[in-house]
Amino acid sequence: MTQPASAPTVSTAGPSEPLLQVEDLRTHFETPRGIVRAVDGVSFTLARGKTLGVVGESGSGKTVLSRSIMGLLPKRGTIREGSVRFDGTEITELSPKEMRDFWGARMSMIFQDPMTSLNPVMKIGKQITESIRQHLDVDKKYANELGENLLRSVRIPEPEQRLKEYPHQLSGGMRQRVCIAVALACGPALLFADEPTTALDVTVQAQVLDLMATQQRERFMAIVLITHDLGVVAGRADEIAVMYAGRIVEKAPTSVLFSDMKMPYTEALLSSIPKIEHPSHTRLNTIPGRPPNLVTPPQGCKFAPRCTYVQPRCLEEDPPLMPGTQPGHEYRCWFPVGTPEGAEALARNRADQAVTGGAA
Amino acid sequence: MAGSGTAHLRGDGDSLLRVEHLLVEFPVGRSGLKVNAVTDVSFDILEGETLGIVGESGCGKSTTGRAVMQLPPPKGGRVVYDGVELTSLKGEDLRAMRPRLQMIFQDPISSLNPRRKVKDIVREGLDIWNIGDKDSRDAKVLEVLEAVGIDPANVERRPHEFSGGQCQRISIARAVVTDPKLIICDEPVSALDVSVQAQILNLLEDMKARYGLTLVFIAHDLAVVKNVSDRVMVMYLGKVCEVAGPDTLYSQPAHPYSAALLAAIPVPDPGTRPDAQQVLGGEIPSPMEPPSGCRFRTRCPRAQPQCGQEEPELREVAPGQYVACHFPLEPGEALTFGGPPSVSI
Repeated sequence: MTQPASAPTVSTAGPSEPLLQVEDLRTHFETPRGIVRAVDGVSFTLARGKTLGVVGESGSGKTVLSRSIMGLLPKRGTIREGSVRFDGTEITELSPKEMRDFWGARMSMIFQDPMTSLNPVMKIGKQITESIRQHLDVDKKYANELGENLLRSVRIPEPEQRLKEYPHQLSGGMRQRVCIAVALACGPALLFADEPTTALDVTVQAQVLDLMATQQRERFMAIVLITHDLGVVAGRADEIAVMYAGRIVEKAPTSVLFSDMKMPYTEALLSSIPKIEHPSHTRLNTIPGRPPNLVTPPQGCKFAPRCTYVQPRCLEEDPPLMPGTQPGHEYRCWFPVGTPEGAEALARNRADQAVTGGAA
Repeated sequence: MAGSGTAHLRGDGDSLLRVEHLLVEFPVGRSGLKVNAVTDVSFDILEGETLGIVGESGCGKSTTGRAVMQLPPPKGGRVVYDGVELTSLKGEDLRAMRPRLQMIFQDPISSLNPRRKVKDIVREGLDIWNIGDKDSRDAKVLEVLEAVGIDPANVERRPHEFSGGQCQRISIARAVVTDPKLIICDEPVSALDVSVQAQILNLLEDMKARYGLTLVFIAHDLAVVKNVSDRVMVMYLGKVCEVAGPDTLYSQPAHPYSAALLAAIPVPDPGTRPDAQQVLGGEIPSPMEPPSGCRFRTRCPRAQPQCGQEEPELREVAPGQYVACHFPLEPGEALTFGGPPSVSI
């Protein structure tokens, strides 16, 4: 029953080139306290039709990363360096006017809060057809038909009626479906979903994630799924990038990340989630401390002050991204999880802790 | 589902809190309509126990917590706390009960007064009730702040200088300072990151042991609720669906709604591919015109004509497991989806 409701995306790049290629992207903000290094040297590529999951705590730079790639940050006070190639075009150099051909048409975004990302005083229909009328050369009647088909394809009942309604007349789940419809209106090749289900209930979350997966298959669209919930990305992403202090600290195909994680931060993040299969009152593992200050980040590994594997070397030398044993796996750690060095480091720290604990 | 009944209540004498036939309604403007927020909900909590309340937004779980606190007093039913019937108290008598029941809210930053120092925020309850002299109050404030993990050197600071997790710690300190027996935690970790969430959940368990607390833990995250609870109550549209021990409920849910909630949880394991068939369709109906009979029947894959005519009562299906459903799931039976229309508004 779902119909392709929009024009196909015209690609200018060769089939071998990935859809999105980000290289050493840096996004710093000038603030009265100093320069905040919100994104500090991030590189990745994303192929058409694939999903990249970006995971991290608040303040790890995952939202700034997506906005920086899309060029949505204010020019004033923002320092952006590095390269973003989208579909064969270097988009960091483009002016906002030139970017308008990309926004909505070829790359679009879904935000966390569906209430504040829709215009409360504009009818749903107008919000959907706005970008269709802007980017596709169609008349009003045809745009309305497209809008109705879009609402139907995101499974909103009585779409012709809904087009005439305002956002407050819909529930949270329905509003997020409208946001998805708005984002998909012009058939973008790339969709950023920034915590798309955090504000929704668990049953509605499953509905919305399934809907995104269906639309992705039908449109062969790439998705960057940003979330703090490893459970959300586990079943949905092809590849996962874990962010910490503005950098990717581990990146791997999803199955590799879960079976062979190397970064102590990833391990700690996963073990701090309460698990359904554990009996109640199971003591949870916690990550002590807080994410580092991004104005004056610590020397060496940024996670070292909170890490259970920490060694003197971690406090002095910043680990580069190192390749793992499996293809596509990269991590930043001197004493990785599941290696002899890592096990040794952990054993040494546990022994030290027992000594100091006993003395105190 | 979503039924009434009191079969799951235990002996009268041993419970710290006993709620019977709680009814909360809100009028809608002058239309004469009303929102049936909580309809005929009963539960009890033994001393030292943690009751988890789960359900989707709009199921009445927060309203239930607030009605226990008499904020506002419920339209009907009885709330008996520690032998005192709160629903019969008014004015100064009710106010005198306040320090013995405390609450922790979802958003830790907005629930603290931004213009006051942390030590004054925590101390306020003691000052109001004139508990102890000045020195013992100061000592008490420092003791609870130390217990929740706030450095005594930082007590002169104001809330904006703390992170969300630390503000939630301060809220917990403020709640325990008047030595309450019962604390109602309304989504205390929903606004926090997973790593901080784990710290706060562990802290709540520690505080429970240290101060001998009884907790009502309201949340929408089933895994979080399982982690802290001794008994879990599943709510839907102002009614109770199922009450059971967490290990029973999560391994063998009897109510179709409990099973559907559990099936919708994303599992942090790439081997488990989410199956589009295993998702509960539709949305929660309007609480102004709830469905007749079982309120869940419009979304229930097992609904029968009987469900529309007769409201199910809570009954025991296994030791300690109570369910309000005409057609509960048998042990070992899995819920199959795909019966009713998936979208109904």
